[in-house]
Amino acid sequence: MKSPFRPVRVPDPAILDDHRRLIARLERRGFIRGGLSLGALAMLTGCDVSSEPGVDKALRLVSSWNDRVQGALFDPTHLAPTYPESMILRPPKFNAYYDITQVKPVSAQDWKLELAGLIADKRPWTAERLATLPETEMVIKHICVEGWDYIGGWSGPTLRSFLERVGADLRAKYVAFKTADDYPSSIDMATALHPQTLLATKYGGAPLADPFGFPLRLRMATKLGYKNPKWITAIEVTNRYPGGYWESLGFNWFGGM
Amino acid sequence: MNSNSTDTAAQSSGNSSELPRLHPWPVRLMHWTNATAMIIMILSGWGIYDDYVIIPGLHFSETFRLGPWAAPSLLWHFAGMWLLAVNGCCYVIYGLLTGRLRERMLPIRLAELVQTVRDTLHFKIAHEDLTVYNAVQKLLYIVVILAGISQVLTGLLIWKPIQFSAAVALLGGFQAVRLEHFLGMGVIVGFLIVHVALSLLVPQTLWAMLTGGPRLPTRKELS
Repeated sequence: MKSPFRPVRVPDPAILDDHRRLIARLERRGFIRGGLSLGALAMLTGCDVSSEPGVDKALRLVSSWNDRVQGALFDPTHLAPTYPESMILRPPKFNAYYDITQVKPVSAQDWKLELAGLIADKRPWTAERLATLPETEMVIKHICVEGWDYIGGWSGPTLRSFLERVGADLRAKYVAFKTADDYPSSIDMATALHPQTLLATKYGGAPLADPFGFPLRLRMATKLGYKNPKWITAIEVTNRYPGGYWESLGFNWFGGM
Repeated sequence: MNSNSTDTAAQSSGNSSELPRLHPWPVRLMHWTNATAMIIMILSGWGIYDDYVIIPGLHFSETFRLGPWAAPSLLWHFAGMWLLAVNGCCYVIYGLLTGRLRERMLPIRLAELVQTVRDTLHFKIAHEDLTVYNAVQKLLYIVVILAGISQVLTGLLIWKPIQFSAAVALLGGFQAVRLEHFLGMGVIVGFLIVHVALSLLVPQTLWAMLTGGPRLPTRKELS
């Protein structure tokens, strides 16, 4: 059926010839691109330069350069100052991306430490077996990226002794952690092998309390607080950059002190 | 020496375009690079400070902070530090090698210092000759250069308190260094307020820092 909207006589297509070049240049992509730049310009007037994708990308690029600088500055033999046991703060300070009332305790019976990546013996560990490893104690300063600090006393096997025991490839770049509170984290191998890097099971001589990572957490004397995951459930040795919770939100990955 | 003698010296040499300007281009470049770096460091520093304040009740308004929360502020601070430190090193090395620092900042005489303060309090701000700094200016510039150096050093210690644990202990511990870094910011912000206010009061100084200012007689001609 003939549409009532269609003209009876179609105009000569030659009238388009004058504009053919212009029409050929019209592209949907061009409109989108132009629209986006206009939007970006409008955002600038809102004036938050940090959230500009280009600025954020450049800042994060400098941050990964800073990771390399920190790796070079890190002295694997330099020990952090230690303090007398009398200075230990009891209980330690709680800090996480959620409130202390939202801590979900981990049961020691059900808990297992899974191993993955460049590790020879990947059999999971129980809390009992972990307790058979020789223990190291350290009373060190915890410094938060926010600026506060306190002195804490931690004990447990060194991460180095554990990695050696399970036959991890100690030439790999990263050691990554998974936790029960969904707080993935990762560190460089040099720090993992530092004598003041512990798989802590105790605080102030007693087993870790629930809010502080029972049954197993990482404690490093050479990195900022947010680099120390609690309630560890899995350890992976890898050469692929694993990132972490706060790191994906813009905190520096190395986080060394 | 006043501006007239400068002009005369320039004319007498017959080839004024070869005479150095008050602020040669490296100084101007480093000055404005430093201004940018300082603003980045101060505003992002305020964003970092706010997570754990040093003076209870003292917060910096979000309007002035660089970065909507701590992570972006930290990213800015730890990027700006390279600009500040590298540019600052260039400035000090340049100033020492060319003799500019010694020529402009020294000597400071106590009597002159007292006289300038007295004049300033009577609103007698003499600034006909841009090429000579009075005693107060000299002192302020020395103080702010030292504060800048101190900020870089205390900043390095806050960044790496374990690697440089001996230096941190020497300065009184981590929180003491944090306080020193904060006070250093206060000194620099205080300087900035006076510096910007005076340069707006005597706009030729601002113009000189943009274009180079009057040409100077060479040291030979002065002697």
